[in-house]
Amino acid sequence: MAPIILAEGLEKHFGKTHALRGVDLAVPPGTVYGLLGPNGAGKTTVVRVLATLARPDAGHASVDGLDVVRDAAAVRYRIGLAGQHAAVDEKLPGRENLRMFGRLYHLGERAARRRADELLERFDLTDAADRPVKQYSGGMRRRLDMIASLIIAPPVLFLDEPTTGLDPRSRGEIWASVRELVRDGTTVLLTTQYLDEADQLAHRIGVVDTGRLIAEGSPEELKSRIGSRFDVVVLDPDRLDVAAEVLAEATGTAPQVVRERRSVSAQIHGDAVPLTDLVRALDQAGVAAEDVALRRPTLDEVFLRLTGAPSTGDESEPAKETVR
Amino acid sequence: MTPHPSPGHRPNRAASRRSVPRGTPTMAPPPRTPSATLKWTLYDGWTVARRDLAHLRYEPGQLVGALVFPAIMVVLFGYVFGSAIPVPGGGNYRDYLMPGLFVMTSVTGIMATLNIVAADISRGVMDRFRSMPMARSAVPFGQTGAYAVQAVVSLVIMAVMGLVVGWHPQRGLLLTIAAFAILLLFAYALTWAGVFLGLLVKNEETADQLVPLVFPVTMISNTFVPTVGMPVWLRTIADWNPVSAAVAACRDLFGSAGAAAGSTAWPLVHPVAATLGWSVLLLVVFVPLAVYRYSSAAR
Repeated sequence: MAPIILAEGLEKHFGKTHALRGVDLAVPPGTVYGLLGPNGAGKTTVVRVLATLARPDAGHASVDGLDVVRDAAAVRYRIGLAGQHAAVDEKLPGRENLRMFGRLYHLGERAARRRADELLERFDLTDAADRPVKQYSGGMRRRLDMIASLIIAPPVLFLDEPTTGLDPRSRGEIWASVRELVRDGTTVLLTTQYLDEADQLAHRIGVVDTGRLIAEGSPEELKSRIGSRFDVVVLDPDRLDVAAEVLAEATGTAPQVVRERRSVSAQIHGDAVPLTDLVRALDQAGVAAEDVALRRPTLDEVFLRLTGAPSTGDESEPAKETVR
Repeated sequence: MTPHPSPGHRPNRAASRRSVPRGTPTMAPPPRTPSATLKWTLYDGWTVARRDLAHLRYEPGQLVGALVFPAIMVVLFGYVFGSAIPVPGGGNYRDYLMPGLFVMTSVTGIMATLNIVAADISRGVMDRFRSMPMARSAVPFGQTGAYAVQAVVSLVIMAVMGLVVGWHPQRGLLLTIAAFAILLLFAYALTWAGVFLGLLVKNEETADQLVPLVFPVTMISNTFVPTVGMPVWLRTIADWNPVSAAVAACRDLFGSAGAAAGSTAWPLVHPVAATLGWSVLLLVVFVPLAVYRYSSAAR
C-alpha cells in the first residue's frame, strides 16, 4: 500500500542547531506511527515539517501524495494537528472554540455548529462544553485540542506528545480516542517520550535521537531488540546466589546482583519466559521472594541499548523541543 | 506472555477503501478567483475578529480594566496634578487633558494586539491557524479589526467621562467626528505595530514586560503638559512623538483649551496632517511586515 505520509532525507537547521539530519519515514494509511525520543531529539520538528509549519532545508515530504512545501495549501485540507499545548482559546468555552475552527474550515455557520456539537458528544465533553476552557482539567484541554483538529475529519492526524504531563486516567482517555479514530480509517503520526504509549498505540515505532531515526520497527521487534528483564527481590539475603542461578537458567543471560537491595535482575532476550514459570522455579529452588516482576525497558534503557550511550536529551528542559 | 496486550496492532483494512473517515462535514473548496479569495479572506478575518470580540462577552472585566486606567488618569491628572498645572492661554485643565487621554486610550491598542498575538504564539494557537487552510492574512487583519471595534467602544465611554469632567468640543459636530475618526485611524495603525511586535516577542511574559513602555511613549509628549517647558533635547523628542501630533490634532479640532499655544515644531503646527502622515507611515511599514512575518514565521 502506498504510504500516506512519506519523508525522505529531511534536514532542518535552526541557527547552529542541526535539528534534523536526514529523516526518512513511510507510514501506510490507516496505521499509527509512533515517533519515540527524548526532548530535543527532533520529533516536533518532523511534525512541524509534515504539518507545513516549517520548511525543510533538504529532503522532501508528502502527505497523501501532496508535497508539504509545494502543495502546502492542499496538504492543510488533509491534516489535523494537535500539539504539546492546548492550542485553543482559553477564554472561550469549548463549544465556541470548535465553532470558530469550523468557520475557519469554511463549513458554513450551521454545519460548524452541528459539527461542534457532534464532536463534543462523541468525545464526551458535552457537559463542559459551555464553560470557558480555562476551567478545564489538563486532560479535558488536551481532548478539546485534539477534537479541534478533527473538524474536517482529516485523513492524517499529527499528535505531538498528546499525553505529556497528563494523569494516567486522562492518558487512557486520549488513547481510547486515538484508537477510535484509527478504527475509522485515520492515519495517525504521534510523537511521545513514553515507550509504553508508543507500544499501546503504534503499529510501527521510529526511535529518534539527535535528529536521526536510530531504530525502526513494530513494537514487538523493538522490544525483542531491547529486551525486558526480570527483577527479583529475595527475603533471605543468603538465597541471593541461588536466585541468581535460577534466573540465569530461565533467561539464558548473566544476572546482576545488588546485595544491599537483596535484588537480582536478568535481561530477557528473544522469546519471553512466562513469569509463572520463573515463580515456580524459584519456589522449587526454595527461594522465598518478596517481589518478582517483569520489567519493561524504560526509554532510557532503550537508548542505552540502541546507542550505547545515555540519551542526549535533557528531560529537565522541556522547552528545547519547541523550536519556532 | 505479553504483559501489555497491544490492541489493534493490525493496519486497518477499511482505510484502504476509504480515504476520508466517516462523518466528514463538507467543506467549501478553496477559492480560485481573486474576488473569491478576497471574500474568503474577509470571512476568515471576520471569524478571527469575532473570536476576539467574544472575549469581551465572556470576560467583560477586560473592557472594564481597559477603562479603569484612563479613569484613574482623569482623577490623577485632571484633579490632582491638574490643580497645579496652568493651561497655556488659560482655560479648564480637564478640557486640555481629555484629548490627551483619548490618545492614550488609542495607544493601548498596541499593547492589546501585542499581547494577544504573543499569547496565541506561546499557546500554539498560531500554529493551529497556520496548519489550517485559512487565508493567511486573515489573522492579523481580524485581530486589528477586532481592536478597532473595541477602540470605538472605549472612546465613546471616554468621551462620556470627558463631558462629565468638563471637556467641551467647541467647533461643531463635524470637526468633533473628524477628530474621533483621526483617533481611530491612529489607533488602528498602532495595532499593526502591536501585531508585528507580538510576532517578534512570541511569548506572553515578554509581552507583559513591555506594557509599562506605554508610559514614556505617551508621557514624553504634550499629553499632560505643553512641551515648551521641557529641556530642548526632551522637547524635540516630545514634539516629534506621533502621540503629540495626535493630541494636538484633537485639541485643534475640538477647539480645546490651550490648543493654540505650544510648540512651533512642524508636527504641532500642522497636527492633522502630521497625524495622518504618521498613521499612513505606520500602516505602510507594519502591515506588510506583520503579514510577511505571520506567514513566514519559523519557515
